[in-house]
Amino acid sequence: MQYSSQSVAKPYFIAAIGLFAGQVLFGLIMGLQYVIGDFLFPAIPFNVARMVHTNLLIVWLLFGFMGAAYYMIPEETETELYSPKLAIAMFWVFLVAGAATILGYLLVPYATLAKFTGNDILETMGREFLEQPLITKVGIVVVALVFLFNLTMTMLRGRKTSISLVLMMGLWGLAVFFLFSFYNPHNLVLDKYFWWWVVHLWVEGVWELILGSLLAFVLIKVTGVDREVIEKWLYVIITLTLITGIIGTGHHYFWIGTPEYWQWWGSVFSALEPIPFFAMTVFAFNMVNRRRREHPNKAATLWALGTGVMSFLGAGVWGFLHTLAPVNYYTHGTQITAAHGHMAFYGAYAMVVLCIISYAMPILRGRAANSEKSQVMEMWAFWLMTVAMVFITLFLTAAGILQVWLQRYSSTPIPFMAAQDQVAIFYWLREGAGLMFLTGLVVYIISFFVGGESKARTA
Amino acid sequence: MSGTFTKSMARNIFYGGTVFFALLFIALTFDSMQTIPKRDNRANLTPAVVAGKKIWEVNNCIGCHTLLGEGAYFAPELGNVYKRRGPEFIKAWIQSQPTGAPGRRQMPNFHLTEQQLNDLVEFLKYTSEINTANWPPNIEG
Repeated sequence: MQYSSQSVAKPYFIAAIGLFAGQVLFGLIMGLQYVIGDFLFPAIPFNVARMVHTNLLIVWLLFGFMGAAYYMIPEETETELYSPKLAIAMFWVFLVAGAATILGYLLVPYATLAKFTGNDILETMGREFLEQPLITKVGIVVVALVFLFNLTMTMLRGRKTSISLVLMMGLWGLAVFFLFSFYNPHNLVLDKYFWWWVVHLWVEGVWELILGSLLAFVLIKVTGVDREVIEKWLYVIITLTLITGIIGTGHHYFWIGTPEYWQWWGSVFSALEPIPFFAMTVFAFNMVNRRRREHPNKAATLWALGTGVMSFLGAGVWGFLHTLAPVNYYTHGTQITAAHGHMAFYGAYAMVVLCIISYAMPILRGRAANSEKSQVMEMWAFWLMTVAMVFITLFLTAAGILQVWLQRYSSTPIPFMAAQDQVAIFYWLREGAGLMFLTGLVVYIISFFVGGESKARTA
Repeated sequence: MSGTFTKSMARNIFYGGTVFFALLFIALTFDSMQTIPKRDNRANLTPAVVAGKKIWEVNNCIGCHTLLGEGAYFAPELGNVYKRRGPEFIKAWIQSQPTGAPGRRQMPNFHLTEQQLNDLVEFLKYTSEINTANWPPNIEG
């Protein structure tokens, strides 16, 4: 570790992994509820499990992004963090607020939670992914602002690299677009229109800046390729991301009461959205092939390459699969969407966070890389989780195609639940793949506790 | 990436491209705001609909159902449920939950009053009359 204040990243990474485990467990509960409908009912109804599953995902990724930023910014700016104390304080605020929110979901009926957390003052709850109570949303804004203040102050007095600039743009964008979660008009069409300004402009916009900069940082470290080259790639990738992704928002404006010209704008621009992901894959492989050093951390390199490939498949290919308006007319809101969502989130965001953790965590623990034994285990975890996610996606895609046929496309469409019964076999298979994912996660967590001869200590 | 294409050129294209497409998006949004009133059924946005939307939200209906295709995929699409089932069926259905049928997906009972049920139905009626470019493809949603 070059700067002692980088160590504040450690609790963020640990929390991220812990919450990730929670997310996977609730995913398995939901997966089972798809086929055994009354499983854990009424203790944990599906909607509660889903809220916990998706909100934990968002929160652990945010912990990962914050940990990454606290690790990267001092090293990039070549200066200590402005205030390590503030970073630790915000860690506890965010963790306690996050845990309280999840417990609120699980222990109190949602309507009661809404009533006692100020939803009557400003109605923001009950919208997908933005289910958090008002006080939690305000808390997120406070934590984000303090976090950004801390990092921006650090940057102002240090070296300003392209990687750190892109990272900060992504993080500021994340905070700014979250503000649209406070805008919930009574008019459903407007509600949905601006809801996407949080959801789409996050995951297909500013989050990709964060993704790109994390990946670029790790690639510089593990390959030793010239910073000029890597940063040039980074700019090219994020250019492609935003010139396709911003207007690409239109692929959500096909069927929600918005003007029909969005079918053209949305289809054309979002059809180009795989390009930046493809560029990212080429980038990762290219840099690793041109490496000027053999970094002892092979696992981190594997995660970096995996992020490129899986984000291209999940976000790029599976996104393209149903993004053209004439296709989306039939697939909108089916298991096809679920398939895409799973592989895209895992391939792009979960994997890049696991990548930076893989690179940084050994250094935070005082070594350049983990022991051979530990790395082999981590790589097993990589393959188990990644292959499991491929299968989850394939099974959901199969379920989705059948669902579309039975319920939407055939000349004698059948009701939703009748179609669900027909495709149940694929939900069972998906649950099996989910158990494989859990196995991978367990192996991943164990890999942190495996000893052996570790690679050279770093300063 | 040849030597003639430098990092600063890439950076300038990034800033220029981003600003251009962000402005284009804002322009399209302004235009959408002019067109949306013709499609969003705002004439029928009554106090009952507003109250119904809140009931929809505070019971996290979106956690299982889709509404105009957005939400969870565990339970049926409700954007057109008013047309598919009609008001009385919807109310009776909500009141009779959970079915308790073994192994079947269960919907909680939200203990809604008659007034709340009526408001929720009004919200679903309003939603079903939004011009969605003929989506969903058929009445099954």
